[in-house]
Amino acid sequence: MGIKYLYSLLYAVDDMLELYDGSLDVPSILERWYKEEEKSNYGAYIPFIGTIRDEDDIDGLSFDVYEPILESWYNAWVQKAKEKGAIIKMAHSRGDVMLHESSYIAAVFSPKRRVALEFIDEFVEDFKASAPIWKYDLKDGKRIYAKDRSTAIKGSGLLS
Amino acid sequence: MVRIEFLGPIQKEPLELEITNLKELATILQETQEMREWLENSAVAVNDNLVSSLDTELKDGDKVSLLPPVCGG
Repeated sequence: MGIKYLYSLLYAVDDMLELYDGSLDVPSILERWYKEEEKSNYGAYIPFIGTIRDEDDIDGLSFDVYEPILESWYNAWVQKAKEKGAIIKMAHSRGDVMLHESSYIAAVFSPKRRVALEFIDEFVEDFKASAPIWKYDLKDGKRIYAKDRSTAIKGSGLLS
Repeated sequence: MVRIEFLGPIQKEPLELEITNLKELATILQETQEMREWLENSAVAVNDNLVSSLDTELKDGDKVSLLPPVCGG
């Protein structure tokens, strides 16, 4: 259980970023998020769950997370959601996650479905392009940077 | 001193440098063959804020981070 998760329980901040060592417990996270908001009068709850697929002979994936910039990126999206009367929640793994386990859950709650459907798309796409997280394939006992599947953050190359 | 940190897959120990702006850092890092490819595709943050100008000034105690291509999820 991550420190931030503990804080979120202590202070009941329901849109706080959650980081976990290893895979995510999908049913318990989705259920807890549901219970946190079931009386909040949101008409739509749209989660996105990322699962590690069996491909290219990998045993799993592994993640490095740079928390300070991930937090500021995430907080900017919390504000964007607020402007639309919506809230977001997000959980991500650090370290190793094996095949058919989950490393990423994002969710949007909004009064009406259209905002949540559009917001989850924008939020997840920007996450893939901007969030400071690095992915590695676990293969033959090695941890190999997934360079070909990675995206340079906007503005990269400043020092070249 | 300014501390330079290399994040994620860049396998390089942090540096402590006497520099006053990012232009000086670029000059120093470009001298290293192993860093050239990373410089082309890495973003730069000063004290955990992404920056877009080489004229960004640096002072004693600042932290510069290099962020290579990302892939969360």
